Amino acid sequence: MAAPQVKGASIAELADGVRAQKWKARELVESYLDRIARLDGRLGCYLLVDADGARRRADQIDATVAAGRDPGLLAGVPIGLKDIFVTRGLQTTAGSKILRGFVPPYESTVSARLAAAGAIALGKLNMDEFAMGSSNENSAFKPVHNPWDLERVPGGSSGGSAASVAASLCAGSLGTDTGGSIRQPASLCGVAGMKPTYGRVSRYGVIAFASSLDHPGPFGRTVEDVATLLEVIAGHDPCDATSIPSPVGRYRQACDAGLAGMRVGVPEEYLQAGMDPEVEAAVRGAIDEIARAGAKLVPVSLPHTQYAVATYYLVCTAEASSNLARYDGVRYGHRTAEASSLEELYSKTRGEGFGTEPKRRIILGTYVLRSGYYEAYYGKALRVRRKIADDFRAVFDKCDVLATPTSPTAAFKLGERQADPLQMYLADIYTVAPALAGVPALSQCCGFTKGNLPIGLQLIGPPLGEEAVFRVAGEYQRRSDWHKRLPEDPS
Amino acid sequence: MPRIQPDEVRTIAALARLRLSETEIERMTHELDAILEYIDTVKNLDTGNTEPMTHAVPFDCPLRQDKPKPSLSVEEALQNAPRRRDSFFEVPRIVPGAGEGS
Repeated sequence: MAAPQVKGASIAELADGVRAQKWKARELVESYLDRIARLDGRLGCYLLVDADGARRRADQIDATVAAGRDPGLLAGVPIGLKDIFVTRGLQTTAGSKILRGFVPPYESTVSARLAAAGAIALGKLNMDEFAMGSSNENSAFKPVHNPWDLERVPGGSSGGSAASVAASLCAGSLGTDTGGSIRQPASLCGVAGMKPTYGRVSRYGVIAFASSLDHPGPFGRTVEDVATLLEVIAGHDPCDATSIPSPVGRYRQACDAGLAGMRVGVPEEYLQAGMDPEVEAAVRGAIDEIARAGAKLVPVSLPHTQYAVATYYLVCTAEASSNLARYDGVRYGHRTAEASSLEELYSKTRGEGFGTEPKRRIILGTYVLRSGYYEAYYGKALRVRRKIADDFRAVFDKCDVLATPTSPTAAFKLGERQADPLQMYLADIYTVAPALAGVPALSQCCGFTKGNLPIGLQLIGPPLGEEAVFRVAGEYQRRSDWHKRLPEDPS
Repeated sequence: MPRIQPDEVRTIAALARLRLSETEIERMTHELDAILEYIDTVKNLDTGNTEPMTHAVPFDCPLRQDKPKPSLSVEEALQNAPRRRDSFFEVPRIVPGAGEGS
């Protein structure tokens, strides 16, 4: 039996090897656990490693294979879960001290679907507290370091999910994207990640931040890996009232379908004078390559783009202030030591348990929702949100997929932007509009800066247009080799 | 003229049942002022004829049948409670007891 080389391995090759008995799931798990033990002290990707559970699951998969049965599409593939997915019997914190010690009595739909397809969860991945952040510096426990440069951020809020895939501390992972929290860290870490259509993937068992914007989705080293994971987790779930009942697409096949007849739109608002020249050059280079591959380029406009960040922070803080009301020290999580009244129990518990960013967003959300302000702020934001979604509807009459940058810059340094929350919010400029519109969007690597930091290309499709996105992403990946570059292991 | 004053932040924090230190209130007032100034840009856009958008992809939300089905046991529901008594979550007294002041 050949020893598996897990660094840089794709999901397809690992699962094929398990099914063909080239290696055991147990060997894959041991290889990843060994890498985590040696390297994660420098990277900070994992909040919890479930070594015993992973070994037990691996032995079950190996027994299934030995008995001649197929363990599933993800046979023995070791994955990581953002710590926002509740896992039965395994501590889940959403990166917050207010949930320290919380051991969920139930399992999220997507983690259950991954397990049913043969995947093995290695543990829970670090994140910005309650998925609020773009740098992973808002984790209540520890920062994540970018595998390409340990002094830089991995992006956020799914920073652990992106960095663990980049550093081969798992073969693929799950994250959530509310305003860019899958795509931006994928871009900053040089991996692929997708926010599917809102409602395409169940939110059941995903700790809520902003319910009308929360999108669970996968990370992978390649776009095929992302497509494979999405095929497993997508589909209707009766436990989520916003889950879409349409059939799941053939995402893996779409990666190989080519670009014949495809029209790719280039929105002028996303590639403007004054942007970072290295990001612009890499993204324009990728768009040119997509044209050479046979797609027709169409210049388009999304005229309400300038309102997207403001609209996003109105909607997400309003919903967050409501969703986070449940953390009150009564049913689970942190509870203040001394309180003489119920009101004091609530306010002390919450004041002690929440970090700075959730506090900021609870205050802003309560401000915009309160009596007399609701229509001027939240009501207004919902109307602007419709205009932003209508922009996308209009351009998808003229093209099949949009190509844009994912992030205005490559990874920035830890600490660099922490003092100014507004500047941090403004960096979400390219990712928030597709989130507000609920349309599918993927980020994949399209180049590196002179300083060897990855740059991301964002591909956006119409509602339920994941297959069109994968067609372009798959073809571009075939014509480039950025995804084959690996960061050096930290010493 | 600042858009928000520390006293307003104190009021909102009380509404949100969120205890903040004086340092936090000072810093947050300053930060929220800048954020609100930026957010006010949406007020310039005419949305007179636009309906609010609450769901990203419209579809008929199906209603499930109103039938009871198995759920968490009392023990499972209470397993994470910081304080419990018998089969209840325990909280400070809400209603004054006999002989107690208000």
